[in-house]
Amino acid sequence: MKAKVRFSDINVRIGTIDILESVNLSVNEGEFVCIVGPSGCGKTTLLNIAGGFLQQTSGEATIDGVPVDGPDRRRVFVFQERGVFPWLTVEGNISFGLFDRSEEERRKRIDYYVQLVGLRGFENAYPRELSGGMKQRVEVARALAVNPDVLFLDEPFGALDSITRLQMRGELLRIWQTERKTVLFVTHDIEESIQLADRVVVLSARPARILTEVAIDIPHPRDLSSRRYLELRDKIFSEIGLAHRV
Amino acid sequence: MLPLIVIAVLLVAWHIAVILRPGLIPGPLKVARAIVELAERGLLVKYVVASLFRVTWGYLGALTVALPLGIFLGTTLPADLAVNPILQVLRPISPLAWIPIAILWFGVGDVSAIFLIFIASLLPLLLAIVNALRNIDQVQLRASRNFGLPIRQRVVRVLLPAILPQLIVAMRIALGVAWLVVVAAEMIAVNSGLGFLIVDARNAGDRYDLVIAGMFLIGVIGVVLDLLMRRLERLDSVRWGYASE
Repeated sequence: MKAKVRFSDINVRIGTIDILESVNLSVNEGEFVCIVGPSGCGKTTLLNIAGGFLQQTSGEATIDGVPVDGPDRRRVFVFQERGVFPWLTVEGNISFGLFDRSEEERRKRIDYYVQLVGLRGFENAYPRELSGGMKQRVEVARALAVNPDVLFLDEPFGALDSITRLQMRGELLRIWQTERKTVLFVTHDIEESIQLADRVVVLSARPARILTEVAIDIPHPRDLSSRRYLELRDKIFSEIGLAHRV
Repeated sequence: MLPLIVIAVLLVAWHIAVILRPGLIPGPLKVARAIVELAERGLLVKYVVASLFRVTWGYLGALTVALPLGIFLGTTLPADLAVNPILQVLRPISPLAWIPIAILWFGVGDVSAIFLIFIASLLPLLLAIVNALRNIDQVQLRASRNFGLPIRQRVVRVLLPAILPQLIVAMRIALGVAWLVVVAAEMIAVNSGLGFLIVDARNAGDRYDLVIAGMFLIGVIGVVLDLLMRRLERLDSVRWGYASE
């Protein structure tokens, strides 16, 4: 397996505050990695470094062995649903990154991804006419349409209700299995990470270090009441010092 | 329906008031006759067109300058910080205070009036554009950077549409101000237009019926202009920017 994204000894200090402390992480091509940790710990910072939106204080972030310098269409961010452009229709949003493709190519891709994310019939709808889950699908389709190698998802389902969130996880897995992109997925929801990822990376509170990495060796579709699932979940909970009780 | 009733009641009240206190102002019938008279003398169309002509050029000129300048200032923080104090000092100066300078530079005539309208519309447009650009959602700016759009495309496909709802509001306000200012400018700098009509009617023989006719026309045209601008707010690509949804 080839390392797609690699963080080597990444430190980030903003002002006098240490955000990330010697983070070493390597993500393989086609791998689905979830980064979990307490709110505000620096998960998003790590993603922003790989995405080229933020410069680390020291250390190196590489993609395909090349140091990251600035955002790039080959690795696309999926934000929470408010990243969709409200002045563009579903089609307009999905084709946003396709400005330099031929009209024919653009049509083909719009058509394919509208179908893939299940928005057939809504091509000409504006985001304000869509539900939160549908807007999130638009974002995912917009990201996939430019055929990136890497997807960065920053708590993409955080603003959705719990039923939609479950559905969207299913959709994302289905899409990931079709497209086999390398995925870095930031969430503070441990259950979510175990449902989705090949590997869960657990960060500590700030300054964030990697506490542990847990490989999730359960085949998809995952049975959320299986013993292995519960074991892994409790392992991660105890790792971050939470007894799994309310 | 209700507004029509209120208008009717006010017209009747006006009519009665004038009968009770002659010399207060001319009554509604007299004003209506004055408008007909203006139409017959060919002045109605001529003056309305003259005023609209000046507003159009001054306003479009302001928009043409405000858009690129606003986008430059709104996306270049140091430039904005440098220029902002000047804009803030210019802002509270009534456009009418520029009248002497307009006459000094452009003499008495259309250009002076157009210049005053330009000055009056420029600041509200410029400040609104800068402000709207500052308030674009960071997530949207990042998304546009992520997809690697060349700078020109980014302006056309992200910055402009993102500020459009606020820009349209500013355009409405600026057009309202322009319409206020053209009347004042025409009272001093030119000899046609609705503003000129009002001063001229008073100077040339106390024709207060024509004065009120002029005021009435100014009001009606102002409303029509605003209604036309409001139509822009219903465009599909800007409706997201207004709270009613």
